[in-house]
Amino acid sequence: MESGDEHNQCMNPQSEDAGITIRLEDFEGPLDLLLHLIKREEIDIWDIPIARITEQYLDYLQIMKDLNINLAGDWLMMAANLIYIKSRMLVPQESTEETPEDEQTDPRTELVYQLLEHQKFKNAAEMLYTREEVENAVWNNPPSEILDDGSEVIAVTVFDLLRAFHEVVQRFDAQRVLEVEPEEITIEQQITEIRNRFVVHDKLLISTFFSEARSKRHLIVIFLALLELVRLREVWLYQKRVFGEIHIKKVKESG
Amino acid sequence: MEISEMQAVIEAVIYVADDPVRLEELKEVFPKENPETIEQALQSLIESFNSRPGGMLIREVAGGFRMTTRPEHHEQIRSYLKTRPNAKLSMAALETLAVIAYKQPVTMAEILAIRGKKSTSALKTLLERKLVAILGRKQVVGRPILYGTSKEFLIHFGLKNLSDLPTLEEFAQIAGEQL
Repeated sequence: MESGDEHNQCMNPQSEDAGITIRLEDFEGPLDLLLHLIKREEIDIWDIPIARITEQYLDYLQIMKDLNINLAGDWLMMAANLIYIKSRMLVPQESTEETPEDEQTDPRTELVYQLLEHQKFKNAAEMLYTREEVENAVWNNPPSEILDDGSEVIAVTVFDLLRAFHEVVQRFDAQRVLEVEPEEITIEQQITEIRNRFVVHDKLLISTFFSEARSKRHLIVIFLALLELVRLREVWLYQKRVFGEIHIKKVKESG
Repeated sequence: MEISEMQAVIEAVIYVADDPVRLEELKEVFPKENPETIEQALQSLIESFNSRPGGMLIREVAGGFRMTTRPEHHEQIRSYLKTRPNAKLSMAALETLAVIAYKQPVTMAEILAIRGKKSTSALKTLLERKLVAILGRKQVVGRPILYGTSKEFLIHFGLKNLSDLPTLEEFAQIAGEQL
């Protein structure tokens, strides 16, 4: 099971003592349970017997509680929603002249559309599952360390990077840019920014990033962000000749 | 250049490429050739390549063309490579991904509304596997993050592009029949 921490507040304090808690929301949610009940009971979705379904839903909630399953708030919200719908069904709605009887909104309508919408995406997920099966059964030629253009490349060392950075800073000084940009970008923001670029691009020149620097401080932030991405092995740096331009290439997962 | 020679070059380019080769890239390979001729050469190459009883296929994926093995040989290939099938995505992750693929750009709250449950860990998995990318922030109160699918998503599911996905209406119809 995946380990998450947020939204994992214990609704059942004893579960801590029992040592084992099961988190369900990674697998199924309240809508999945309702769909399950509707299918099992062969219920017409346009005419859900809300009292019966509510009762069964609450039974399941009790079972899960007994099993020490950690229930997220969504489950209780749905329970409250069901009880609310049930109570509205019991109260006959006044048919006024403005809203004739057949135009009154059924309190279940919203839930029905929610269920249909959910089922629609479950079907879409099934389609993705099948496609993934097929894709898992094919291989493409393994990626090599040779560039697409076949040229040999030289891995860039930290020192090459420092030299390149030094040059950029000098050029930057020579330009005498006025620092009027008050917004300060953090390394983390810069990393996200660079990552976003590589969603679209596979290769970029290091100078592309440096040329966007608005201040000397920003230059340093870009530099550190790139170092961090190299450390995380998300990108690798290369040049085609010694002292050549430094290129950044996105590291692809072997697939 | 002879068409047959051009096709031989295209085949070789597709073979050596890391990523699916786009038509525009092929046009750069043959700067002197008429773009239409290149496209025709590519199409007839794919036709003849895929109709021969060989072990490879040229497939259109993520806006480009790539050479892959045929799915029917997966058992033998896997036993040769001594690999196990890749870790599959959980159903929760696939559902979240389906919502993102069809509703993008989409926020966490919008995903929650459709799935009826929080999807934090599913979304985390999808981001880690680079199937989902952060597209930006929605210009509303709180500036929530907008999520969308990546190129990796197209590759992972063997899709030419996003419109290669079946329409949501088709799934709605199936849902109507199921319930």
